[in-house]
Amino acid sequence: MQIPAALNPVEEVKAKFGDALLHHKEFRGETTLIVNPDRLVDVMLFLRAAPGLVYNYLSDISAVDYYPNDYGDDFKSDFRPERFGVSYHIYSMLYNRRLRVKAFAAEEAPQLPSLTPHWPAANWLEREIADMMGVKFEGHPDQRRLLMADDWDGHPHRRDYPLGKETVAFSFNIEDIQKNKPIAKE
Amino acid sequence: MGISSKLGNLGVVTTTLETAVNWGRTGAMWPLLFGLACCAIEMMATQASDYDMSRFGMELNRATPRQSDLMIVAGRVTRKMAPVVRQLYDQMAEPKWVLSMGDCASCGGVYNNYAVVQGVDEIIPVDVYVAGCPPRPEQLIHGILTLHEKIKGERIRDWA
Repeated sequence: MQIPAALNPVEEVKAKFGDALLHHKEFRGETTLIVNPDRLVDVMLFLRAAPGLVYNYLSDISAVDYYPNDYGDDFKSDFRPERFGVSYHIYSMLYNRRLRVKAFAAEEAPQLPSLTPHWPAANWLEREIADMMGVKFEGHPDQRRLLMADDWDGHPHRRDYPLGKETVAFSFNIEDIQKNKPIAKE
Repeated sequence: MGISSKLGNLGVVTTTLETAVNWGRTGAMWPLLFGLACCAIEMMATQASDYDMSRFGMELNRATPRQSDLMIVAGRVTRKMAPVVRQLYDQMAEPKWVLSMGDCASCGGVYNNYAVVQGVDEIIPVDVYVAGCPPRPEQLIHGILTLHEKIKGERIRDWA
């Protein structure tokens, strides 16, 4: 069987989708494509099926919250159009190489198209992101939370989510903490 | 105990009702079989042959709250798990006791975050706290014996 020669994914996606490829970059041998969320599913299915690319294994989906921080980092050094970035890490078993496809979701009601109807491996990965980061995936067949309780309020992996529930106890504030601590009854 | 038992003649033993009841409660106190985290490993070691909790009448853990007297909360309680722990406690028959094993169950330990209950005493009343991360079996046995001391001090008006 003749294996077709490996093609450059950046050029192929640019030739096929044009403006839907918003940005691309190469850092330490890792290629990242930033695509328009409207064409995300099409790009992913193209990368999976096209001869010369065959990124047939969805290894991970992760989400990043580019919330402004106190360190003066305004994130202008990179292409970050919105607050939430969702990265799809795909792997080609045929050519033994990896690719990262990234899409951004707006801060107000973040939403992306779901990959699960076409790629079942995305099911729990997208549920975890919807649970912990609050990015909704439109068209996902099972939109329950994955990790936190069903009645949980908020999305804990967001940068503006409070980390702890109680103040750390020291000898100078232990009395105040004990006074406000809820103690169970029989 | 009367003088007759010290003389080796066990024909008649006199005692109080409280002592007899508390002796029975401490002598066969069955824990609830459940563990939440790494403390449960030490709890299992406490029951295994080296440390052998059956020396104190705890030879079996009941896998149902209906037949348990003691709840050993072994490990961190997440906020998702908290309603389950509370329901298990409510299902236990009186009299019942709770031993909070380890730092995480006692005060949250190193897990000062949104997901972990900062001390199981926020959801169920605790009788004995055992420090340690995780406590060694000797510490857990010491906590159980401390609970025994507490129970032996209970008076009939406490439960009547």
